[in-house]
Amino acid sequence: MVAAPFRYERVSSFEEAVRALHERGEDAKVIAGGQSLVPMMNLRIARPEWLIDVNPVGAGPIEDHGGYLRLPALTRHRAIEEAEVVRRRCPILAEAAAHVGNVRTRTRGTVGGSLAHADPAAELPCVAVALGAEVTVLGRDGARAVAADDLLVSYLTTTLAPDEVVVEVRVPTLGPRGGWSFLEMSRRSSDWMVVGVAALVELDAAGAVTAASVAVGGVAERAWLVPAEALADLLGAAPEEALLARVAERAAAMLRPEDDVQASGEYRRRLAAVLGRRALAQAVARAGLSEAELAPRGNGEQT
Amino acid sequence: MSDPGRQRVTFTVNGEDRDAWVFPHDSLLDVLRDALGHHEVRYGCGEGVCGTCTVLLDGEPVSGCLLLAVQADGCSIVTVRGLAPGGDLHPLQACFLRNGAAQCGFCTPGMLLTAWALLQRDPRPSRERIRRELVGNLCRCTGYSKILDAVEEHAAQAAEGSGEPRRGAPVGREGSGEGTGGDA
Repeated sequence: MVAAPFRYERVSSFEEAVRALHERGEDAKVIAGGQSLVPMMNLRIARPEWLIDVNPVGAGPIEDHGGYLRLPALTRHRAIEEAEVVRRRCPILAEAAAHVGNVRTRTRGTVGGSLAHADPAAELPCVAVALGAEVTVLGRDGARAVAADDLLVSYLTTTLAPDEVVVEVRVPTLGPRGGWSFLEMSRRSSDWMVVGVAALVELDAAGAVTAASVAVGGVAERAWLVPAEALADLLGAAPEEALLARVAERAAAMLRPEDDVQASGEYRRRLAAVLGRRALAQAVARAGLSEAELAPRGNGEQT
Repeated sequence: MSDPGRQRVTFTVNGEDRDAWVFPHDSLLDVLRDALGHHEVRYGCGEGVCGTCTVLLDGEPVSGCLLLAVQADGCSIVTVRGLAPGGDLHPLQACFLRNGAAQCGFCTPGMLLTAWALLQRDPRPSRERIRRELVGNLCRCTGYSKILDAVEEHAAQAAEGSGEPRRGAPVGREGSGEGTGGDA
């Protein structure tokens, strides 16, 4: 299959892109890396009349602003995966980027494109939600900041207006006693995740949890941020493994994943509980506690 | 809809200046094969999944089926033919041959280019790294082990200085073939 004919315009700034989108109307789409849009066009699932190519805008460097990293929207997955500053300051993002598609996908695909595309089984939206990342969006009335969690709505649906573009993403950096984990299960390497879990914890000097954030991908119509009340038992507690397992089980019980060709909904829910527990345990371990300091495994616990 | 119209694009393919008149919806893969006669770049899935249409764009592997030809305007493109510009096998190709790493051969150009790009980045990759990098280059003959053997062997030879890693390196813009895949 090949894409249906369309008209094409290259722009050299995001302001131009906004103008072009406004002029061309709802049948215009932005193309960045094109790793999701072009397959959809080749399969004739998408038939935009205009493509506005923002690649000439360029990415520029990833900047460390202390509390957060600023990633220009056109930052390629490959750059996120390999950038020393990301590996050091926000390692969960590098880990998630390494799971995206194949090497060619990562060469071309962009962070802004992944968030704007809003695939519920994509890695970066899941991690962005867990991190509390902030997305800068440019429209005709100027720029606005929106939490990644407020950007995502449903399958391939965001709160972006048709004439708005993502221009940058700000991701919080890892705190001194912060731990992280990103785990995903897919049927084959490079496939979409069946389930993926991003977990972040912060511990105090005594090893008690002071903050926790978990997002799960592949289980709902969008990356799912585990509600604070489901993680409340962790706060102030010693993160013993039995507690982590209980919290993960409780959070997974809130899910109603659908069946699809990759897995049944029930399997996904079970996987969310297992990966959730493992991810929390890994995040805790990375926050400074050794495995030996973790409480022994619970009886009969599935690993 | 209105006529999308053709436009002229120019790029280098294996170091040679080429140009073509293309529609916006023409993929780079189609233009390389149909307009420019590069049949060594193969059409597999059309979805960026199988890796048979891999080419190097400014030194980095991309799916030719997912890149619009208009987007490659001004870029350097290397196909597997660029690995052996004089017609002599590149040492990596020789390792593929020696290890029986090509069965039907359909996936081989993509495998070679992906492996070559990896070795530029990491001259002595672990077997695991090679495996991870080649994820997304599918071989329906299930010949992966020999492919990994071949890439490993070439990396070892190059490290010992017997693999002549510079000879026959892909020719790209200004003949370097070592583009870093810029942002655009």
